[in-house]
Amino acid sequence: MDQETIFLTILGMMAVTYIPRALPVLALARRTLPEPVIRWLGFIPVAVLAAMLLPSLVAPEKALDFSFRNIFLWAAVPTFLVCWKTRSFVGAVVTGMGCVALGRLFLT
Amino acid sequence: MNSATLPAANRTESPLASAFRQALPIILGYVPVGFAYGVLAQKSGLSGINTVLMSVLVFAGSAQLIAVGLFAAAASPLTIVATTFIVNLRHLLMSAALAPYLRKWSKPQLALFSYEMTDETFALHAGRFAKGETAPLETFGINVIAQSAWVGGTVLGLAASTLITDVKPIGLDYALPAMFIALLLGQLKSRLHLLVAVTAGALSTVLMLAGLSQSHVLAATILAATLGLGAHAWTKRRSS
Repeated sequence: MDQETIFLTILGMMAVTYIPRALPVLALARRTLPEPVIRWLGFIPVAVLAAMLLPSLVAPEKALDFSFRNIFLWAAVPTFLVCWKTRSFVGAVVTGMGCVALGRLFLT
Repeated sequence: MNSATLPAANRTESPLASAFRQALPIILGYVPVGFAYGVLAQKSGLSGINTVLMSVLVFAGSAQLIAVGLFAAAASPLTIVATTFIVNLRHLLMSAALAPYLRKWSKPQLALFSYEMTDETFALHAGRFAKGETAPLETFGINVIAQSAWVGGTVLGLAASTLITDVKPIGLDYALPAMFIALLLGQLKSRLHLLVAVTAGALSTVLMLAGLSQSHVLAATILAATLGLGAHAWTKRRSS
C-alpha cells in the first residue's frame, strides 16, 4: 500500500475512533438521565476494566493457562496485595513489572 | 499514588504537578507499548510520518497495534477502518459513563476531552470524577501528558526499530495490566460492583475463547452492567 492510501486509512480510523468517544459525552452531558440509566452507567467502569483485564491474566496466549508458567496470572497476586495494602498506584505497577521480569528470568 | 502519605503536600500541589503524578502509571504503560507500536509500524511498511500521525490522530493503543498487523497483512483500507471501529466501540460506553459528571463543561471542552479518551485515561478519570475532581486544567493535563507519552514512545520505537525489538525482559508489557488491577480495585465500591466485575471478567474470557476476538469486551461489559442493574432491583424489592 502506498503512503497516501495509508494516510487516508489513518484519517478513516481517526473518524471511527473519535465519533464513539465524543457522541455520548456531547449528547448526554446536559441531560438529566433516568435513575436506572445512571446506575447502569455506574457499573460500566468496573465492568469494562474487568472485561479487559481478566482475559489478559488467565489467557495471555488466547488459551486458558493456570499453570505456573503463566507469569501474568501469578504476578497479579502480589500486585493486588501491594495495591490493596498501600493504595499506591505506582507501587502496584512497579511490583507487577518487577514480578514479571523476575519470573521471566527464572522460568525461561 | 502518594496521596495517603502526603496529605498536606497535596493541597499545595499545582494542577499540572498533580496531573503528572496521577498520569505516571499511564506514562509507564504507554511509553513501552507506544515503543512496540513504533517498531511494528516500521516493520509493516508505514512511513515514519504516518507512524507518528496515527499516534497523534487516532490515539488508541490496541486498535493501532491491530491496524499495523492488518497493514502488514495487506488488508484493505475498509477492513482496517471497520476493525478499528469495532475495537474502539467500547469507548461509547465509557464516554456515556463519564457524561453525567461533566454537566458544567462547554461543548468545545467536551469535544476536546473525548479526543483523548482511552481505556487508561477513562479509568483514571472515572475514579477522579466520582470524587468530584473535574477541574478542567488537571483533567486536560492528564490527557495531554498521557498522549505525549504515547507519541513519545512511538517516536522512540521508530528511532530504535533497527536496534531493539523486545521489551519483555524488564516486564514493561505488564505495566498496563498492573494499572488495570490498581484501577479496578479502586472501583470496587460495593458487593454489587464486585459481582459485576467478576461476571464481566468471566464473560469476556469465555467470549474471547469462543472466538469473539474483537467484541468480547463490549459484549461482556453490557451484559455484566445489565446484570448488576437487575441484581440491584431484585435486592431492593426484597428488602422493601
